[in-house]
Amino acid sequence: MTSSPARPNYTLTLIATAFVLFWMVVAGFPFLWTTWGSFKVEADFFSRADWSNALSGVNTIRQTGDAFTMDGYKGAWILNDFWRAGLNTMLVTVVVTVLSLVLGTLGGYALARSGYRYAFWILILALVFRAMPHITLVSGYLVPFFQLNIWGTLPTAIIVLVAINQPFTLWMLHSFFLSIPKDLDESAMVDGCTRFQAFREVIVPVMWPGIITTGLFSFLLAYNDFAVTAMLLRQENQTMIPKIASFLGSIESEGNVMFAVSSVVSATVPLFILVMFFQRQIVGGLTAGAVKG
Amino acid sequence: MPHKAFAWFILPSALAMILFIALPLVSIVVQSLYIEHPQVLTQVESCSPFGGCTMETRVDAAATAALRDAQPLGRFNGLGTYFNRSHLATREIATILKDTDGIADSLRRIYQLPFYRALLFTLCYTAVVTPLGMLAGFWIALAVNRIPAVLKGPVIFVSLLPMIITPLIGSLVIYWMVNSRGILGNLLQWVTQDPTLSIAASGPLTWLTLFLYGIWIAAPFSFVVFYAGLQTVPQDTLESAMIDGANRWERVRFVIIPHLVPLATFVALVQLMDNFRVLEPIIGFNAQASATSLSFSIYNDLQAENGQLFASAAATSLLTIALLIVLLFPVLIRTWRDFSRKSAH
Amino acid sequence: MTKLLTVSAAALLSALPVMALAECGISDAGSVRILANDFGALDLVMERATSCASDTLSVSVNQTEEHKNLQVPALSINPAEYTVAVIANNSLPPLLNEGLVQPLDDLVAEYGAQLTPQQIIRIDGKIMAIAFMVNGMHLFTRADLLEEAGIESTPTTWAEVLDAAEAIRSQGILEYPLAGAYAPGWELAEEFVNMYSASGAPFFKAGTAEPAINSEAGVTVLETMKALTAYMDPDYLSIGSLEASKMWGAGEVAMMNLWASQAGPLIDADGDYPEIAPNTVLTAAPTLGDAGIPAGALFWDGFSIASNISDEDAAASFQVMMHAIAPDLATEHPTGASWMIDGYVPTDNAVGIMANVSSGGVAYPTLPYMGLMHSALGNELVDYLQGKESAQEALAGVEAAYTAAAQERGYLN
Repeated sequence: MTSSPARPNYTLTLIATAFVLFWMVVAGFPFLWTTWGSFKVEADFFSRADWSNALSGVNTIRQTGDAFTMDGYKGAWILNDFWRAGLNTMLVTVVVTVLSLVLGTLGGYALARSGYRYAFWILILALVFRAMPHITLVSGYLVPFFQLNIWGTLPTAIIVLVAINQPFTLWMLHSFFLSIPKDLDESAMVDGCTRFQAFREVIVPVMWPGIITTGLFSFLLAYNDFAVTAMLLRQENQTMIPKIASFLGSIESEGNVMFAVSSVVSATVPLFILVMFFQRQIVGGLTAGAVKG
Repeated sequence: MPHKAFAWFILPSALAMILFIALPLVSIVVQSLYIEHPQVLTQVESCSPFGGCTMETRVDAAATAALRDAQPLGRFNGLGTYFNRSHLATREIATILKDTDGIADSLRRIYQLPFYRALLFTLCYTAVVTPLGMLAGFWIALAVNRIPAVLKGPVIFVSLLPMIITPLIGSLVIYWMVNSRGILGNLLQWVTQDPTLSIAASGPLTWLTLFLYGIWIAAPFSFVVFYAGLQTVPQDTLESAMIDGANRWERVRFVIIPHLVPLATFVALVQLMDNFRVLEPIIGFNAQASATSLSFSIYNDLQAENGQLFASAAATSLLTIALLIVLLFPVLIRTWRDFSRKSAH
Repeated sequence: MTKLLTVSAAALLSALPVMALAECGISDAGSVRILANDFGALDLVMERATSCASDTLSVSVNQTEEHKNLQVPALSINPAEYTVAVIANNSLPPLLNEGLVQPLDDLVAEYGAQLTPQQIIRIDGKIMAIAFMVNGMHLFTRADLLEEAGIESTPTTWAEVLDAAEAIRSQGILEYPLAGAYAPGWELAEEFVNMYSASGAPFFKAGTAEPAINSEAGVTVLETMKALTAYMDPDYLSIGSLEASKMWGAGEVAMMNLWASQAGPLIDADGDYPEIAPNTVLTAAPTLGDAGIPAGALFWDGFSIASNISDEDAAASFQVMMHAIAPDLATEHPTGASWMIDGYVPTDNAVGIMANVSSGGVAYPTLPYMGLMHSALGNELVDYLQGKESAQEALAGVEAAYTAAAQERGYLN
């Protein structure tokens, strides 16, 4: 317990644990339900006849002979090459996160250390940029991208995602840098470091917690993006979210919703492993992190 | 920091933003001021597989293209698009106010105008979801801070789930759970002992569902940032507060909350923007009958099957930005004060 | 690392389509690039198209639900990003408006011997598109429930549908015997368009883009729609075609007008709904008043060839598409869709749509400004159905919303 009180108050710990449990149910139940349902057929999981079909799997047993089926997973991964979308997503999210952080730390550091007015106005401008609805931006990209013959490729989508993500990254990292005392880099510069050396050797190591937290959000943004990836990538470069959308079908044509459901569940597995693997770093990062507005 | 060093540090980031946000923004502003050339229409015979051949109206593509080449931007319309019926609808409101049957009737008719209908929901959604989402995140952070360290990793992962599941599927699954035949819909009917209760059929209940969904999806962000902030609460201040006999609530009230205020400003800023641009839940819940938002209008205007109204979408986007700046004004003033204090040092 | 991964991913992908043997006898060289929607029936067509790839002929396909939003910018550059656009009658006008697709008369004369007159879409005397499948909404009825309610013949008019619904409700068989895709937006507008087309009245004043729906016919259509909603689940405004088909499968509904492309699973006795499927009967959409037109506007899916491409690519593209929609397609996959291909024998799932066609169904209007009208209808009719305004107010609202949009696009001044 970090904020260790002198006398452990069991009632309060109990209340806190109960509240956390309640939140875990609220946050986790829809996902648990989805995971359970991904092993059923559509007629059970999306049943209008009786919701308890999703538990008993009446139609799943009738159609497949067993209460659980891997059909959704087979359909998505084997018949529809979902792995390819997964590979693209991996590439996009990792590169977007790294580039966002590189650009963001440089810019955020400069904004935090500059006392001039223009730094404030750049921050405000970044805020205005962030207010732009993404769909408006994306529809404006199409014609120039087609003309330059860069539409449909992964690098284009990556750069666009990094750019769209910059205002948020800048703001967040700028806040983190503010919490690091100025004396740190100034004394390094007195010792003969250049500004960039001071930034790289002294500030960045102290900043890891902030970078990890910001990276987490950049990662999730790239991972969950639909507007950019659906409009700017051609089929073979598609990432997971547009692929899942195409499983859902549209007005006149029924898709295969169970493919989409099983894709979503399987897409969460690498994230789970990632969080569990980096758990110490993330929690540690958060623990040491100091965010200031 | 000297100007030159600043310029080098900010350059990559600024370049990305200028190319992919600022330039499109300029073109959007220009676009919103123009409307298309009159289309040259002709009557031609058109034959389809069903119903045989008929005389139909077509656009004379060559003649229209010639007009467009002469003036690529279209016809200048000034702020006309901003004030037309799909946006601020000034003329329609004037008419409504002139021949009104009382305030209730005027309000009803103004609410039927698409912009105001979208605006009302957007504002309510932002006003409800932003503070409640932050509050939920704050309480979760406080509670998680107290549980044993081994549990923290899994708890953080589960807490992030609402953010991780794509809204595409998240809202679809929850839509099926809350519909009148779904597990939560049935639970609700059992709790209220009203077997005909249906969320989708009732406007207020649809709004409530969208709000709850919004809080569910927004809480994890606040949680993560507040949780990070909690770790930096100065222990000595807390201890001296305890020695002074402050109870737990007083410690939260007078030590923790003031420490988190700067953080809360940042979270409020981000959440206000995201909530103001609410779009996915409305589509996911098929809720257009009771709720539309400004982003939804933009989305609607940009769809090809709706005829792609770029000027209209541009105008709505800029109105959205303008409204957001108004809403964010208190935060901006705070940032300005912080900044001035910093530069005074 | 980035570049390396991209390259290897690209290599993996490009390996897939090229593997197939050139089996469609096209000797021409060229590059064929197809933009299409992403659903099952088109997958079959695209599979056949990619099988034509050879050392000299490259075939690439981009199937995406965003195809409508991409097609105009993608075809307006030179050379166009795609040589073939797979379109439907409501997505062709934006391409025609900008002159982005080319007349196909010469290509049809040279390579199109397999085409039937029905497949040829002719505008101003020139062939602008080739159709290969048809879709539309038609009536689904539950024979067992109708029989239980003592109704002997399947309803053929909306008035009979209402009578049958009342009979089913009053005998306590089902409280809400009807369903429909009434979700606001495109689907609700489509319901209006279907029924308004059935009235035979024009959407626009002849020869202009002026709206003409605020009329007696418009009011009748709205009143009929509202009368129908009284027999629908109170949720009806949140129910789209996908949910409606689930309701059908759950046995909650006795009659509904729904897409022909959704009929397959609903009549499959070995599928998800073994109790419902054998009793599901497909017939033409009901008619309104005495115009005798089924209330299910017909959509065709077809393809056009881009203007901004070389003649070689155009010829290669046309030949590849001819192979893709050859009569073999219909014989190999007779249940894949309601094909408009020579030699297609309608299967059980297509009897409803074929009844629409044979009983005088009309095509969804291909007018340049129909999309704007459709969008206005989708947004403005909700208040009327919720009882918050009158039919005239709603139609006036539609016309006002349409006019604002049409002025912006330059169709009206």
